[in-house]
Amino acid sequence: MEAIAHNAVQADPWRGFTAGNWQTHVDVRQFIQLNYRPFTGDATFLAGASERTRKLWDVLGELLRQEREKGVLDVSADRATSITAHDAGYIDQSLELIVGLQTDAPLKRAIMPNGGLRMVESGLAAYGFELDPVIKEIWGKYRKSHNQGVFDTYTPDILAARKSGIITGLPDAYGRGRIIGDYRRVALYGTDFLRKERQQLFHELDDAVFTEDVLRQREELSEQFRALDELRQMAAKYGFDISRPAVNACEAVQWTYFAYLAAVKEQNGAAMSLGRIATFLDIYIERDLAAGALSEEQAQELIDDLVIKLRIVRFLRTPEYDQLFSGDPTWVTESIGGMGEDGRTLVSKNSFRFLNTLYNLGPAPEPNLTVLWSTALPQGFKDFCAQVSIDTSSIQYENDDNMRPLWGDDYGIACCVSAMRIGKQMQFFGARANLAKAMLYAINGGVDEKSGAVVASGFVPITADVLDFDEVMAKFDKMMDWLASTYVKALNCIHYMHDKYAYERIEMALHDRDILRTMACGIAGLSVAADSMSAIKHARVHVIRNEAGLAVDYRIEGDYPAYGNNDDRVDSMAVWLTETFMNKIKAQPYFYRHATPTQSVLTITSNVVYGKKTGNTPCGRRAGEPFAPGANPMNGRDVHGFVAAGASVAKLPYSAALDGISWTASATPDALGHTAQDRISNLSHCLDGFAAAGGFHVNVNVFRRETLLDAMEHPELYPQLTIRVSGYAVNFVKLTREQQLDVINRTFHASL
Amino acid sequence: MSQQHSVTAPCSHGQLSGYVHSTESGAGVDGPGMRFVFFMSGCQFRCQYCHNPDTWKLHAGRQLTVDEALAELAPYAGFLKFAGGVTVSGGEPLMQPEFVGALLHAIKQRFGLHTALDTQGFLHESISDDWLADVDLVLLDIKHSDPERYRQITGQPLQPTLDFAQRLKRLGKPIWLRYVLVPGLTDDLDDIGRLADHAASLGDVVQRVEVLPFHQMGADKWAQLGLDYPLANTPVPSAAMVAAARQQFAARGLVVC
Repeated sequence: MEAIAHNAVQADPWRGFTAGNWQTHVDVRQFIQLNYRPFTGDATFLAGASERTRKLWDVLGELLRQEREKGVLDVSADRATSITAHDAGYIDQSLELIVGLQTDAPLKRAIMPNGGLRMVESGLAAYGFELDPVIKEIWGKYRKSHNQGVFDTYTPDILAARKSGIITGLPDAYGRGRIIGDYRRVALYGTDFLRKERQQLFHELDDAVFTEDVLRQREELSEQFRALDELRQMAAKYGFDISRPAVNACEAVQWTYFAYLAAVKEQNGAAMSLGRIATFLDIYIERDLAAGALSEEQAQELIDDLVIKLRIVRFLRTPEYDQLFSGDPTWVTESIGGMGEDGRTLVSKNSFRFLNTLYNLGPAPEPNLTVLWSTALPQGFKDFCAQVSIDTSSIQYENDDNMRPLWGDDYGIACCVSAMRIGKQMQFFGARANLAKAMLYAINGGVDEKSGAVVASGFVPITADVLDFDEVMAKFDKMMDWLASTYVKALNCIHYMHDKYAYERIEMALHDRDILRTMACGIAGLSVAADSMSAIKHARVHVIRNEAGLAVDYRIEGDYPAYGNNDDRVDSMAVWLTETFMNKIKAQPYFYRHATPTQSVLTITSNVVYGKKTGNTPCGRRAGEPFAPGANPMNGRDVHGFVAAGASVAKLPYSAALDGISWTASATPDALGHTAQDRISNLSHCLDGFAAAGGFHVNVNVFRRETLLDAMEHPELYPQLTIRVSGYAVNFVKLTREQQLDVINRTFHASL
Repeated sequence: MSQQHSVTAPCSHGQLSGYVHSTESGAGVDGPGMRFVFFMSGCQFRCQYCHNPDTWKLHAGRQLTVDEALAELAPYAGFLKFAGGVTVSGGEPLMQPEFVGALLHAIKQRFGLHTALDTQGFLHESISDDWLADVDLVLLDIKHSDPERYRQITGQPLQPTLDFAQRLKRLGKPIWLRYVLVPGLTDDLDDIGRLADHAASLGDVVQRVEVLPFHQMGADKWAQLGLDYPLANTPVPSAAMVAAARQQFAARGLVVC
């Protein structure tokens, strides 16, 4: 390829860095700890967008507008993608500081049939594109996909549960994602060093007993070794030699991005998160700033340019998938801030620069900027975060004080709320099981309340006219056993096949060989199930049955305490549900690859779809009505405001939901305080209070209801209006009308 | 959906009871930071623009003991330590000086939280200087600077409120002065200037002046109570009017928002 000699002069890449074991063994954390500079100041040093940045963003703005109109701008349907499948592509080469696209043109999507050919075909058909016949032949005849493998092993129970929606969103037809390569390794070491390391790890196993586990590992190491070389070749197409370490800040950003780019060229993962790169990159920026080789404006330009690239990561997905997840999410999550184990803050100037992109480029849902909040963070950073939240509603907060004791100080968030040590841990993503529906199955003896089909067989329905708490709970307990068993079996099928047919070569090449794997189960409908329990216990719930004797509706006599009002009578039920289902998951006999089971209380935006698939519930919720997202209280039932709702959510124990607990909160600016300064300081103090109470995660939205209503009517005026939903952010105007209304109808906390 | 909580530590005046209209667990506009607010029932004023007329009648509130009131606050104490504090508002909290004093004292003793008292000060003679020791900040509501107009708006004399302000100055007790700007009623710039002169004369204790634009959100409550709302047709003040009113205070070196 056209190997332009970008890197003619080679300096010592590690000049000026404090030496350590990191120089001989892959250890990015140690490199950071020995070399980073904590920053405790405020945001006044930041630079605005340069002329060049604005121009580049404008060029892209026009393409984004076309994409919004068409849904998908273009697809490279002629080839199955790989790290090296496409030539170099640019937005406008003369303007770009950081280069690299997933295909050979911006917003042109690749196809990834390893996950499943059907998903590719329906994605193409939906947007008027045709699949190349050769690809169809290869994946139709000769090459098996992940999707086919999974369906070769599913049980009738799993198929029925999947169809009825008691288990939904399983990654059995698309990439599982939620794996974060340590993309920083490529900048720090270059690919030669990393390939040698893979070789060494491979040969360490030469004398091992060749069990299936060892053989799989050896094959994977060989794949990783190969993928690293493909990464080098891909960078060479853009004229860069990344076989060696990066020598300056610009290269460090570029190398890190290339590594990430290779991952999103090859995998259409449900979430393709970036990790925790800001403070790592700050070390290079500080070195260049000190040497006079870089100005603050140039440093900001590098980050702005990187973020522009991260904003246009695209995957070809089906309209059904987009309906489930709202818009086109990629979950390019970057974790920012946090505290170190030694008590120093991990906030650097570059933590501010990442947030500053929301001003320089305007608000956006991606990258999914996630602040690792600690009450010990420097006040200047806390205030800037609060200010950015109030101005853009584009960031989320997760409790570093909860996570650091478990995952150390070099973990990142995958997707929305899943913490993992970077390069040392991955998860088997498991979507979620619907606890509200499980309660209905308990009442109806495993018969689906919507279809009338038997989904869980061998259960006896409740026949009483008034629900008795003890009877319901005894049956609910057994139904959760069935659900946990069916669910974990499905996940074992999925991840066995994903490793076999759609293995994440480059992402895993940027992990240690021996890693912690978690099996990340999840629950949906927590507040519906808890409120239903509360209604049955504290009020009288009459059952209304149809001609077939199926319980299809409920009449509530009296009042009951609802989850979300800081009332222990019902909050304790939500805690019980979370702990009980986790214990039932843990009790399963086998987890693929000896994974450690965890769970999340997170729905993303599938709360709308879950609601659609679930009939009337004993809490009074009507059939089809959306669930509350994540761990949120049901819409309109949290009548004591933001703080009471947060206090309820904060009671859910992280120890029983180590994959995260998501809460989305919205407030109007007026409710946060009289002046801009008051609002900033109040929000920052609220975040401290929530974190101190043990709250795990909060999405903060600050806007007026009228703004959203106006955006529904005049979407063209709000192309960048961004709102946080369960665990990530979306362009409001890309939501379906149903989802827009759901967002608006959710409790607007005019008073916090 | 009433709440039940158990109180562990007994309080000296724990069984004293008072009338509480309602509580709110998070308010960003009733003192510094996020506040837990006790809205006390009972007010002897009948302000024409009152946005909480439902708090006027003392016995319309829930009767709570100090311990019960503290139990409602307790689940938020940890949060409030970081986020703000407690505001006792109303109604007029000084209608129930014994209960409110015991409540504030207990909040200080048990939780060590920042406390604010939202009052128009008319009844300040019923409380001692010691009583005020448990108050960190007074949100002092002055409706008008002209005694006649004041009486017209509130049905009561102005002087006790001014005396209270002097007393707070003597005690060095911080004040946030609040002024509701109502078109046609309290928007005369000379009147506002006179109030600003007075505020400035109080010196450093006046930490902030809040000019609160009149809004119509209280109208429903008047209707629900079957009351005739005298300001049903009053518009909200224009941005220019609000800015001009604020300028009256700012010009005298006061911190205003």
